Amino acid sequence: MSPRPGFVLEVDRSTPPTLFWHGEGFRLERLPVGSRVIYGPEPLPALKDPDAAIRHALENPLGDSAPLRTLLSAGMKLTIAFDDISLPLPPMQAPDIRQRVIEAVLDLAAEAGVDDVVLIAALALHRRMTDDELRHALGERIFNAFAPHGLLTQHDAEDPSNLIHLGQTDHGEDVELNKRAVESDLLIYVNINLVAMDGGHKSVATGLASYKSLRHHHNVQTMLNSRSFMDRHHSELHHSNWRMGKLIADSGVKVFQIETTLNSDTFPEQFRFLQRREWEWNLRDRAGFLASSKALERTPPELARRIFQSIKSPHQMTSVQAGEVGPVHDRTLEHVHQQQLVHVEGQTDILTMGLPYICPYNVNSIMNPILVACLGLGYFFNLYEGKPLVREGGVVIMSHPTPWAFNPVHHPSYVDFFEQVLAETTDMAEIESKYEEAFATDPWYIHLYRTSYAYHGVHPFYMWYWCAHALSHVGKVIVVGGDRAAVRRLGFSPASTLSDALEMAEDVVGRDPSITHLHSPPLMITNVV
Amino acid sequence: MPVIAESLAGKRIAVTGATGFLGTAIVERLLRSVPGCEVVVLVRPGQRQSAAERTRREIVRNDCLDRLRRELGDGFDTEIEHRLTAIAGDVSRDGLGLSDDDRTLFASCDIVIHSAATVSFDAPLDGAVEVNLLGPTRVAEAIRAANQGTGRPLPHLVAVSTAYVNSGHKGDAAEELITKARWLAMPDWKAEVAAARRARSDADAASRHPDRLEEFRQRSRSELGAAGTALIADRTEKFRNQWVTDSLVELGRSRARALGWPDAYAFTKSLGERALLETRGDVPVTFVRPSIVESSLSEPRPGWIRGFRMAEPVIISYARGLLSQFPGVPEGTVDVVPVDLVVATIIAVAAKGPDDEGPTVFQIASGARNPLRYGLLVNLTQAWFTEHPLYDSRGQPIVVPKWGFPGRGKVQGQLRRAVKLLSTAEKVLNQLPVRGERAEVVADLEDRRIQAERALDYVELYGAYAETEARFRVDRTIELFESLDANDRERFCFDPAVVDWHHYVLNVHLPSVVEHARVRTHPGKRTLATREERSKKAVLSKEPRLAVFDLENTLIASNVVETYAWLATRHVEPKERARVVTELLAEGPRLLALDRRDRGDFLRSFYRRYDGAPANRLRIDGVELWSDLLALRAFPDGLARVRQHRALGHHTLLITGALDFVVEPLRPLFDEIVAARLGEIDGRFTGEMVTAPPTGEARALLVEEYADRFGLTKAETVAYADSTSDLPMLEAAGLPVAVNPEAKLAAIARRRGWPIEHWGRTKGAPRRQLAVATLRPGLRSSVS
Repeated sequence: MSPRPGFVLEVDRSTPPTLFWHGEGFRLERLPVGSRVIYGPEPLPALKDPDAAIRHALENPLGDSAPLRTLLSAGMKLTIAFDDISLPLPPMQAPDIRQRVIEAVLDLAAEAGVDDVVLIAALALHRRMTDDELRHALGERIFNAFAPHGLLTQHDAEDPSNLIHLGQTDHGEDVELNKRAVESDLLIYVNINLVAMDGGHKSVATGLASYKSLRHHHNVQTMLNSRSFMDRHHSELHHSNWRMGKLIADSGVKVFQIETTLNSDTFPEQFRFLQRREWEWNLRDRAGFLASSKALERTPPELARRIFQSIKSPHQMTSVQAGEVGPVHDRTLEHVHQQQLVHVEGQTDILTMGLPYICPYNVNSIMNPILVACLGLGYFFNLYEGKPLVREGGVVIMSHPTPWAFNPVHHPSYVDFFEQVLAETTDMAEIESKYEEAFATDPWYIHLYRTSYAYHGVHPFYMWYWCAHALSHVGKVIVVGGDRAAVRRLGFSPASTLSDALEMAEDVVGRDPSITHLHSPPLMITNVV
Repeated sequence: MPVIAESLAGKRIAVTGATGFLGTAIVERLLRSVPGCEVVVLVRPGQRQSAAERTRREIVRNDCLDRLRRELGDGFDTEIEHRLTAIAGDVSRDGLGLSDDDRTLFASCDIVIHSAATVSFDAPLDGAVEVNLLGPTRVAEAIRAANQGTGRPLPHLVAVSTAYVNSGHKGDAAEELITKARWLAMPDWKAEVAAARRARSDADAASRHPDRLEEFRQRSRSELGAAGTALIADRTEKFRNQWVTDSLVELGRSRARALGWPDAYAFTKSLGERALLETRGDVPVTFVRPSIVESSLSEPRPGWIRGFRMAEPVIISYARGLLSQFPGVPEGTVDVVPVDLVVATIIAVAAKGPDDEGPTVFQIASGARNPLRYGLLVNLTQAWFTEHPLYDSRGQPIVVPKWGFPGRGKVQGQLRRAVKLLSTAEKVLNQLPVRGERAEVVADLEDRRIQAERALDYVELYGAYAETEARFRVDRTIELFESLDANDRERFCFDPAVVDWHHYVLNVHLPSVVEHARVRTHPGKRTLATREERSKKAVLSKEPRLAVFDLENTLIASNVVETYAWLATRHVEPKERARVVTELLAEGPRLLALDRRDRGDFLRSFYRRYDGAPANRLRIDGVELWSDLLALRAFPDGLARVRQHRALGHHTLLITGALDFVVEPLRPLFDEIVAARLGEIDGRFTGEMVTAPPTGEARALLVEEYADRFGLTKAETVAYADSTSDLPMLEAAGLPVAVNPEAKLAAIARRRGWPIEHWGRTKGAPRRQLAVATLRPGLRSSVS
């Protein structure tokens, strides 16, 4: 039986309550009759033999690229960059795709007698990965072979000795990248393309760049002009990265791009009910839901967080393609769309969404309020092509506990951003012009980014900018079941129940509004017609 | 009789005690209402200010002279220059300590108004004796000495005393010389002087008894904790001095009561009159005895008052809800007289000149002629504060208690019990290891105890005044008043009958008291910056600063034992980890006790555990220690504060007993880090410190040294610390800040107006109960 495509359900009297993610927990909500619930397509079948598929992709590259085997030769300088801890979500069960791909690449390199090989975790301004996390992403064998010799590195966007300025694009955008990567004879970038935003020229131009370079597309203006940043042809974020990609290629940097896609089989057996449509829940799903929700009620938040963060996703590879960046990425997008695209008719007055416990920036960490905003208004809101799911001036209702909680190791500048900046203003432009520079250049944050496991000082700003498009588009944002003080600090309105939230929303959108719920999991991208 | 101004025109009038409440009013009235006279004020030079400087600051600039300033406009300065002369003098010294020039000037005076006195009712006996008892005698002697050989007539000495010299009995107290008061026990004043002086040295000797010294030291320790020898000693000495003073206060009070006076003030004043009568020689003397002098009725303006006097603290304590009982009988008389009436009396007496038949007495009091009933005063006060409540720190109005009229014994009993209860609670809580906001509860308790103690003091001191049953006759004063012409009667009114008590209490006195008390009279947020807010501003000023930080519990909630536990468990198997941690836990109390006793010894002994540890590995581990443990326990507000200082261009300094490689990750925050460093041989630590971090007083010296190095002064130094063991360091800084203070430090900080910061860990940060290193992958394979 082939997987069913995405589906838009219209709620009627017989519809069972709808599942909302709610951080480290769930809520069952009865949506008003006539509301729509959007379900993503069911998981696509996985590649039968992923290793063979990888080898095949390396032998049969796309676009203007020779097979990898022929690009490798003894005495060459080879650098393999790979996506960091932010992908995939949740982290996948071993073996990780990165391990499979890099092992295949290293086999070829060994055959060719390449001995100058360096691995770089493409952190951009993300936190460094711990040894455990690297071990998980790359596998024991690679880790043990490279790490002890200092050949397993993590990109340091604040290390002047290992950055090189390649020039400016025709739009005056600086391109400053990891020196080792740029000066290699071949740079291989290994992607996990969880959503449409990932990959393409963004991989190198963002993942291996410095603040000086990133600020050209990680800013309020770019975000306002990326509609959405999940739709690369209408995304200023991507246009900028593509211009940089061109400059990188023109500078003679040879990039061999490897992209992989995943199916949406996101949660392991005990959370199977999450991925099923509620009216199809059988006894086991109900029992699973009851057991987890009851158990979670009694679990202290910190323990619940640890339990959820330990989830390793069973998702499987659905495609792998390698070669020239452009053609590879186009093929990747086809696969992503095949798994995620849902056609929806018309916009909605109110968009509801349940936000999970995880986003790209809190793996093994805490989803702080800024990340809650970013996940809902940055990621979920932007999961569209064409028109946003919610109409202009509409209302977004997000469900998340939004605790006033931070991980001081990973998010030190977030703490200060929340306490010092958001306490003053939530205005994008003002924040950008008044505070960004000070945070970005604060030596203490730079020190923590480089030596500890901290996101860069400027990172919370980017997360806030990620919300720019949504905030300029919608009329109101309501958070259900969140810490009231934290929600207010974000400039949103707290509500204790969904029905309260819907009533509050009516003040903005009028009586009898249309309501649409973006059901997650799985991840999807909507095409609103 | 000629008009007052005319008779005093061309006269030179000396005034003692001119910087006091009454003295300032006398000087002002002379300058304003007697245009032809010249005023010489006898002022005691301050430690840093000359007599002239004090005169300018404390008399000329006082708001008392505002009216004159307004009336004269540009001519004010010239007028003052021509008519007001300051000479340095001290009534507690023989010969008044006058210089030759000043003595000549003093000798040329026609009238000397002696109003200098120690009006404090709780002054130590010897001080009161020197000023109140011997003062008038000294003034008379100085007059005689200066006058000798000048051929001028002796000036008229108008000695201001108090009606209460005559108060120890019921019924009429007449305006007669103290020597004629039959019912007063009259001890020999010379014997009393000798006894008071001896009492000082006796008390001093008694305060040095070993038991007592030990008691002072204990108290000092319990207040300051482990603040170091120098500070403890300093405090101990302060306690000793305080004890001597307290003994003399107590002695004064009991000696006075034993002889029938309400307090040492009235007692010494009374003996002072007697001594003056005996020693005055030919100096013509007139006594003016006011009762309780309070704010002015109309001159220079209604409600003018200077200093916080007798009734004011009681009234304010009542309005703040702190004093709910005050003894007194409703029908009793509170003998109050507005200051301008007293001043007018004195000037009229001066103008009249001495009585040819010898010294006379003028009393100026209200009780006999126009009594203010205690019941009325209480009712008016309650009504006024109900209508104009004071506000508490949260901007809520304070409801004044309904005042009963209990007996003195009952009130004292209640207050004593309250003080005892509060100090017991305080002692118990002080033993608990609380800090931060909870510690402030203890400080609150201390505040309340101090308030109760103060209330008790008021009751003991002033209780008698609300219960006075003597009626001070004012017949001679009224006679004098009635002899004046209509014009003078209006300009120099001193008939107590003119006072409408209703009006005076409600419209004159209470508004003035409240204005002077600097209390909150409006709801909502305070607009005036508090002392704490001002210091906070000074801490983060754009001026150059040295900001010194302590580490443990100031910036990070961790300690050397925990960091050791983490480092010791990082490279060992799980079973072994458990052993290390269990052992450390078992040792906990002993380590804690050692740390409390002497920080330096504790560190020396504890760091021996690092003997033989691989130095380089620990240095690498130090970096991980930050991410795995310390960052979770760091106070983000604290770290932000350090960076704030740096952003302002301030120098930052960390002083800690922690090991250098442990605090290395904090390097970018500080210009300098002073930490412990272990010796190293062949790549292994020796377990002995080669650089020992300073503790106690040594920290203070270090702070001064660094301030010097940066070219900064003490006033430009900020220090952040959490415990009394850091007290020397905090005191070495002009801008100390108590961070998450333990109870003792919280109390000290509250008292001294130091800013208090509550810095906590990151909200919602993962908690780590035991400081055990996260299991490293390195254990499972070889990563070094």
